[in-house]
Amino acid sequence: MAAQVVAPMPGKIIEVNVKVGDQVKEDDPVVIMEAMKIEMPIVAVQGGKVAEVRCEPGQSVESDAVLVIIE
Amino acid sequence: MDQLFDVYRNVMHQTGFWNLGWREPVMWVIALTFVYLGVRKNVEPLLLVPIGFGALLVNLPMSGLMEAHHGLFWYFYHYGLQTEIVPSLIFLGLGALTDFGPLIANPKMLLLGAAAQFGVYVALFGALSVGFTPQEACSIGIIGGADGPTTIYTTVKLAPHLLGATALAAYSYMAMVPIIQPPLIRMMTTKDERSRTMKQLRPVSKLERILFPIMVALVVGLLVPAAAPLIGMLTIGNLFRESGVVPRLTDVAQNALMNIVTIFLGLGVGATMDAHQFLRPKVIGVYVIGLFAFTFSTVGGLAFAKFLNLFLKDKINPIIGAAGVSAVPMAARVAHREGQKANPKNYLLMHAMGPNVAGVIGTIVAAGFFIAMVGR
Repeated sequence: MAAQVVAPMPGKIIEVNVKVGDQVKEDDPVVIMEAMKIEMPIVAVQGGKVAEVRCEPGQSVESDAVLVIIE
Repeated sequence: MDQLFDVYRNVMHQTGFWNLGWREPVMWVIALTFVYLGVRKNVEPLLLVPIGFGALLVNLPMSGLMEAHHGLFWYFYHYGLQTEIVPSLIFLGLGALTDFGPLIANPKMLLLGAAAQFGVYVALFGALSVGFTPQEACSIGIIGGADGPTTIYTTVKLAPHLLGATALAAYSYMAMVPIIQPPLIRMMTTKDERSRTMKQLRPVSKLERILFPIMVALVVGLLVPAAAPLIGMLTIGNLFRESGVVPRLTDVAQNALMNIVTIFLGLGVGATMDAHQFLRPKVIGVYVIGLFAFTFSTVGGLAFAKFLNLFLKDKINPIIGAAGVSAVPMAARVAHREGQKANPKNYLLMHAMGPNVAGVIGTIVAAGFFIAMVGR
């Protein structure tokens, strides 16, 4: 089943650690995001294969924006 | 020959070397330690560098920098700090920089901001019990609010001779939030509690954001009139920001004005650290009780968050209670990091900002209360 990794708050994408086709485990940091001058890893909500990456470094995102889809 | 000798002696007597005692070099070491912490360790450099250097200069014998009605630093101190102008302008900038959205979205957080003032009162009674005057005790207690400008404002009004010590203690402990708070958080909470995720905050409308500073100014101003200058400046700065119609004023309040007054604040505080005032046992007491204040504020916030959970359907993560000490946004960052350490999917930053900004209001209210109670 596909699962979405979403931005937990508004912020800026610093780093995208995965690309389409990568295998990830649950809790692997897939994106590094910055909000209020703190860098935080945004982790995979489940293990699986990365189906889609919807963000890139430098991009500003709103709360709940879909960053990565894992299936 | 005698005349020549007299001239020589007079010149020598006018130099700082002739008038140097043991206290001044001790103060140079203390002052340069703060400069070092700011420059090399990046500890609150915006404040510790001017405070430290101001303290160094004021301890040059015969410089007269703090001589009343003559000295340059006396003017900074008198017109900037004693008149309340500088701390109030700092609050204007803070208001323009602060997003109260997380608090508006979850107003219960105001209670956590109030609970985290616990240490302020513990320290107040602690200081009274060891012989500080009520005015001194209130100035020391307010360190527990972890809010530099409020500490300065309160001390100038109540115990100006302790200004250097309380200001430095407040800024030192604020810089040490990432060291002081995590062990307390782990001591007061279980891993399960720290792992608890919270529902995302609801979006806050522009109308709510505009009404918030107006309501806070009215309620706090009526409840604690002595806090009106600080809360008034905080809320007008916030109204600039949230109204969106005065971007130039918002920008000046956040940047240029804030930077200018920070210089005068730092030098004005440093200037009060005269060796004869500072090198007294009381100053050590300020640091020790100040640390207690800070510790008990953190514990108070955590304990109250746990207590609140007894009545809540949607339980909160008690870590965010620790962010109720002001120290914006360091305390919120610490809460977030501790939450994510316990559970990588736990993103508490915005939730912790609620009590964090509530703590600023809570400290202002406590300061206003103290000034009304024991102000001269």
